[in-house]
Amino acid sequence: MNRRSGTGYTGIPPWIYAIAAAGAVFVLLPLVAMVAKVNWPQFIPLITSESSLTALGLSLRTSAASTAACIVLGVPLALVLARSPFPGQRLLRAFVLLPLVLPPVVGGIALLYTFGRQGLLGRSLELAGIQIAFSTTAVVLAQTFVALPFLVVSLEGALRTAGNKYEAVAATLGARPSTVLRRVTIPLVLPGLASGAVLSFARSLGEFGATLTFAGSLQGVTRTLPLEIYLQRETDADAAVALSLLLVAVAVAVVGLSYRRPRVEAAPEGVFR
Amino acid sequence: MTFELDATLAARGFEVSLSLGPAETIAILGPNGAGKSTLLSIISGLLRPDSGKAVLGGRVLFDLAADKNIWRAPHTRGTALLAQEALLFPHLSALDNVAFGPRSAGASSAAARETGMHWLTEVDAGDLASRRPGQLSGGQAQRVAVARALAANPELLLLDEPMAALDIHAAPLLRRLLKRVLAGRRAIIITHDILDALMLADRVIVLEDGRISEAGPTRDVLEKPRSRFAAGLAGLNLVAGTVSDAGVTTDQGMVVAGHHDGTVAPGQDGVAVFPPSAVSVFLTEEHGSPRNSFPVRITDLEPHGDQIRVHAGGLSADITPAASADLGLTPGMTVYFVIKAAAIAIYPA
Repeated sequence: MNRRSGTGYTGIPPWIYAIAAAGAVFVLLPLVAMVAKVNWPQFIPLITSESSLTALGLSLRTSAASTAACIVLGVPLALVLARSPFPGQRLLRAFVLLPLVLPPVVGGIALLYTFGRQGLLGRSLELAGIQIAFSTTAVVLAQTFVALPFLVVSLEGALRTAGNKYEAVAATLGARPSTVLRRVTIPLVLPGLASGAVLSFARSLGEFGATLTFAGSLQGVTRTLPLEIYLQRETDADAAVALSLLLVAVAVAVVGLSYRRPRVEAAPEGVFR
Repeated sequence: MTFELDATLAARGFEVSLSLGPAETIAILGPNGAGKSTLLSIISGLLRPDSGKAVLGGRVLFDLAADKNIWRAPHTRGTALLAQEALLFPHLSALDNVAFGPRSAGASSAAARETGMHWLTEVDAGDLASRRPGQLSGGQAQRVAVARALAANPELLLLDEPMAALDIHAAPLLRRLLKRVLAGRRAIIITHDILDALMLADRVIVLEDGRISEAGPTRDVLEKPRSRFAAGLAGLNLVAGTVSDAGVTTDQGMVVAGHHDGTVAPGQDGVAVFPPSAVSVFLTEEHGSPRNSFPVRITDLEPHGDQIRVHAGGLSADITPAASADLGLTPGMTVYFVIKAAAIAIYPA
């Protein structure tokens, strides 16, 4: 690592590298252990079984839907939190970030008492003929609930870093606020928005507790990949391991995308200088 | 069709009123923190004053009288702002940056680009049209920013030290460009450079501590400065006080003898102004014909052209390097500044 950092002085004491290595091993070792446990001859049949493919398809579709919902709800939230100071702003931020620290099962219970049959809104929705709990919609709601903070945090940071100088200039050039948002603000924070969306997608993909509590585990309707893995673990350990590896592969692909973030952000920064 | 402004902002100790003709450019001069940028922010609508009123070409920009409370949003004001940094939108080409104003005003994409190209050519940047801001030098970017501001067809152009961030080669080029494009336009330019005021502005306003301390045609202000700041810009010494028969008496009781121009009567507030070249430096008190001899403590010595500028007691003197060496001048020394009365102009403050 010293050699890779070239001629620049890093200021990192040598023993830090040892602890960092231990940290890396701590994260990698369980993955290695899991890969070692995979029943390779049966791997393809296991992950291409009907229930597996159904669960994977459902996971990808619901995660895409909840990522879209996160963008629709999260972009305005991040803008309001980053740009306009108002009384109660800190409180709002705290509540928006709450799902980050809340156990997902608690989130699921909260959603159940909101959208469930006897819930706060659920009762009115039921009268209107809409039933949300234990449906695919419930999966999307649960995933959106837990993933929204990732998008808001990521985008709010990007908005604060970008500042509002460009927006002020755009306004004096005659651009109305919606035009400024569409043509200046969003393009400037696009890397932050993209990495926030990727994180939200990854969080949605891995969502388990809130989904199980609020949406249940109906095959093809609410049984996403993590739920399928949990179910298989009791009956067919090989299948559970194979599906876990599949989920790891999807997650690595997603993280790989978001790992390009620093380079994407470096481009506009270079421009500012 | 004039521009009239009257604004106060207590939090920044800001209280300014000014007016501007249809094709007039004024330069705002003043020390850092005097409220120059506050002024532009209030005019462009980015900052709300406590009270006041502004009218631009018959349109009320804001009127914060108790019963009115009119406040136009920045995008409806027609006051394009050009800042120290070019602030070109990094994700748009130079051409699309310039076309941004017309496009926002509702022009079609093609028409906006045509206008954009016209203004790019106008600032000699037609060949930069397809470049991204990241591929432009500071001077090029600022030229494109000028084109972008002009393409928005502003009724009032606001320039906040547009040359300050440019290197010494790019600044003269941009200054010439601004001289050309500001002709016949209404503009307010903030600057630290007296050359900008001379070349670009019809009038100057000196802003100090949020208030206008001096205003007038550029030449008059530079020839007969009334504020210490303007005198500094013009490279002159200025002593303010009360006019007496002998000259000007400062609050500290120092009497500066000089010649009146006949417009000032004893008892009035007045200033005594003289160039550093009229000041001689002696180690001992002189008893000769000059009536002005002041003991002062040297604060700084600095090269100034082929002379040495001696700063002492808030005044400055220019002497030759040889004289400085002969006298053995160093900061902290007490010397006598001697000025012939004939070299000192006294006029009303």
